[in-house]
Amino acid sequence: MQNVAVASHYAVHLPAPDDFAFWRERARGLVQCDVPPDRVAWVEPGATGDLFGDSPARSERRLPVPPAEAPPVRASQRFLAVARSAALHSDPARFGLLYRVLWRLQRYPRLMEDKADIEVRRLEELAKSVRRDAHKMHAFVRFREVEEEGGMPHFVAWFEPDHHILRAEAGFFMRRFANMRWSILTPRGSIHWDGESMHEGPPARRGDAPSGDPVEDLWRAYYASIFNPARLKVGAMLSEMPKKYWKNLPEAALIPQLIAGAQAREARMVASGSRDRGERPATLEGIGTAIHACRMCPIGELDNRAVMGEGPLAAPLMIIGEQPGDQEDHTGRPFVGPAGELLDDYLQAAGIDRRQAYVTNAVKHFKFTWKGKHRLHQSPGAKEIDTCRWWLEAERAIVKPRLVLALGASAARGLLGKTVSITRARGTPMRLDDGTELWVTAHPSYLLRLDGEAREEQARLFAADLAAVRERLGELAG
Amino acid sequence: MPHTLSQPTLRQRLEILADAAKYDASCASSGTAKKNSLGGKGIGSTEGMGICHAYAPDGRCISLLKILLTNHCIFDCHYCINRKSSNVPRARFTPQEVVDLTLDFYRRNYIEGLFLSSGIVKNANHTMEQLVEVARILREEHDFRGYIHLKTIPEADAEIIHEAGLYADRVSINVELPTTSGLNRLAPDKNAAQIEGAMGRTKERILTARDERKRFRHAPRFAPAGQSTQMIVGADDANDAAIIGKASRLYESFGLRRVYYSAFSPIPDASAVLPLKRPPLLREHRLYQSDWLMRFYGFAPEEVADAAGTDGNLPLDIDPKLAWALKFRESFPVDVNRAARELLLRVPGLGTKAVGRILAVRRHRNLRLDDVARLTASLAKVRPFICTVDWRPTLLTDHADLKRLVAPKAEQLELF
Repeated sequence: MQNVAVASHYAVHLPAPDDFAFWRERARGLVQCDVPPDRVAWVEPGATGDLFGDSPARSERRLPVPPAEAPPVRASQRFLAVARSAALHSDPARFGLLYRVLWRLQRYPRLMEDKADIEVRRLEELAKSVRRDAHKMHAFVRFREVEEEGGMPHFVAWFEPDHHILRAEAGFFMRRFANMRWSILTPRGSIHWDGESMHEGPPARRGDAPSGDPVEDLWRAYYASIFNPARLKVGAMLSEMPKKYWKNLPEAALIPQLIAGAQAREARMVASGSRDRGERPATLEGIGTAIHACRMCPIGELDNRAVMGEGPLAAPLMIIGEQPGDQEDHTGRPFVGPAGELLDDYLQAAGIDRRQAYVTNAVKHFKFTWKGKHRLHQSPGAKEIDTCRWWLEAERAIVKPRLVLALGASAARGLLGKTVSITRARGTPMRLDDGTELWVTAHPSYLLRLDGEAREEQARLFAADLAAVRERLGELAG
Repeated sequence: MPHTLSQPTLRQRLEILADAAKYDASCASSGTAKKNSLGGKGIGSTEGMGICHAYAPDGRCISLLKILLTNHCIFDCHYCINRKSSNVPRARFTPQEVVDLTLDFYRRNYIEGLFLSSGIVKNANHTMEQLVEVARILREEHDFRGYIHLKTIPEADAEIIHEAGLYADRVSINVELPTTSGLNRLAPDKNAAQIEGAMGRTKERILTARDERKRFRHAPRFAPAGQSTQMIVGADDANDAAIIGKASRLYESFGLRRVYYSAFSPIPDASAVLPLKRPPLLREHRLYQSDWLMRFYGFAPEEVADAAGTDGNLPLDIDPKLAWALKFRESFPVDVNRAARELLLRVPGLGTKAVGRILAVRRHRNLRLDDVARLTASLAKVRPFICTVDWRPTLLTDHADLKRLVAPKAEQLELF
């Protein structure tokens, strides 16, 4: 080496802690002068002491000048990309590390591919934590609006980055909020955008930023409402939103109370919703006993008794009505009142033997209101039918009919979960989810409420539906 | 029932309509066309990577303002909190109110944009038109260049859905349930063929628009962030193998960006038709892991299903990749210095990034166990399945007790 400075030590003073271009320029020169890493100290502004006891002016002056014939310094694209980020890290040793890797790259051009190398790994780690800091800045900066004279609103944020990323990330906010006037204040400096140009300012304090914004109330309301208390995962939240950020996030103040209230909220949701009803009884006798104690809907609370279905265990046909009436409630048997008698007549006329069918109701208790001494029938609501479907399904699972005949819209809802129009649904079979064939027709009590021509017309349709069912049963049996 | 008392405040309606939207799992804001507000009149940018602006205590990212336009609904889907027969408080926003909320939140850097969905009011077309109107005002009147995700309603006319895709970055249609019988039972007003038909048309439009953009620079974009869907897990009796099969068919048939899984969770005023026990949250997590195996690790759907137990469900105590490796031990150990990428990806504990690093390093030298330790998150998990210059797991893969050795120790407690 002809360079006499070979045995000297150098100190390079950076004008700013994020001045990568300056470092690059100096590092290039030092490599060309063949100055090994252990003879260079990189000093940030404000750093105390100087490794080699030099004043900035003297050591800068003493930096060697690269010889004209010195070969160019080379580095891989990957190094450049990683170095640009790593240079912004707050670790005071970063520039020394960058120089050591650059130095080694001259001998091993593919050094950056060796991810198991300790220095390469450290460099990648620095770059990664800078990228993460930048990403968190994009995410967690919260602007607050200040009205300024002239009417143009000014949005100001206070943020505390871990690394020297403010200048590097200003572009992100400029591209996003190009037509907005905004400032980001940090303990390391501040950035201002007026809609046309960017200005840098000195370090700021939290008190320099506005202390609130009315929209934050809405944001907090949103944050609390979008959170699902049924799935608490505090660890997952903390790993992405560590507590150190909380003090500058308006929504974070809610977190402790949301966590504390979560289990209580879920318990309430479950209590008001699907309650644990345990296992379904596996026999018809079991169902017949259990339905008496059912209070899953308010009908069970009335002065009545549950009416169980009846018929052979393996009946090919299941006939389902709406709910027991006054007579059924007295006798404890389905379809024994006036509507039951009418049904029996039509079944007989169609050639269907009721004793071969399993007859039951979509709702197991009689819903009524008192009118004087009489109990007046009331139709069950959609929710009550859906609730009672639990029992109907238990019966279906045991009897396993080939064909189900639903009498009226309530019965159809108990099977389909939706309300269908009888006029449209009758006459053509549907498939239930287990493949069973479902036929829908009117409820016989409907015929009882009609007279004259209307009754004749409905009676004809009802008879035709039953005849079709009879025929279909024959096909299914054959 | 309509609330005829005084009109709730904006804040109260926001609470109701955000609460009603939280069962949609997606909050992604990534993968759309790059845009920014320089040279425009408004605000907004999308730079490829999604940004999570906050995290809720349920561990979910909050990236978008995710709300319903209204939770009034003429449909009666049993798993849905907003179904017609549910007794929840109802509210609605005007399109302008949603626009103002979005812009107010966006200016303060709370969100990446809007994810708008709605209950069905009047009819599907009317509802879809309202959703599109919100997106139109944001894009056309405010030159908003942030992210917009519109939930589309499969029952609406194709032209209206088409318009949604012209304004939105992403559109989605929920398949809701993994099986048609589950859909018929729990969402009686919906129709599987109609849902898949709409997904098919959306796929065609996305492809056509992408092709036109290649040929004409100013051709309109159509949902540049693609389409996604959501399936509810645990509300019907479909097992994991069936769900994985369904997801892979959806990916294949409709070019979906993502299939989201939502573990059925208890909802207020639930329908009695629903199952009584909610599935463990871990099940949803295992399904996402299997989804990853298919999309990034070269597993075929049948192979993932092979990792499931005899009941067709993935084990909850270990992840599906480890389950597969324990079942097919003859595929191991894998030599990290020689094995092809596809084989390295099968090693439990090696992610796509670790595999990339191993491939890069081994061009320079032969890997020792120490090197692998530096390149991976957990050597303990990987070691039984690999060989290096200085390591060979003799007989370890024959170890009857292998699962105990590599499975995570702590059992996650279930919330109740």
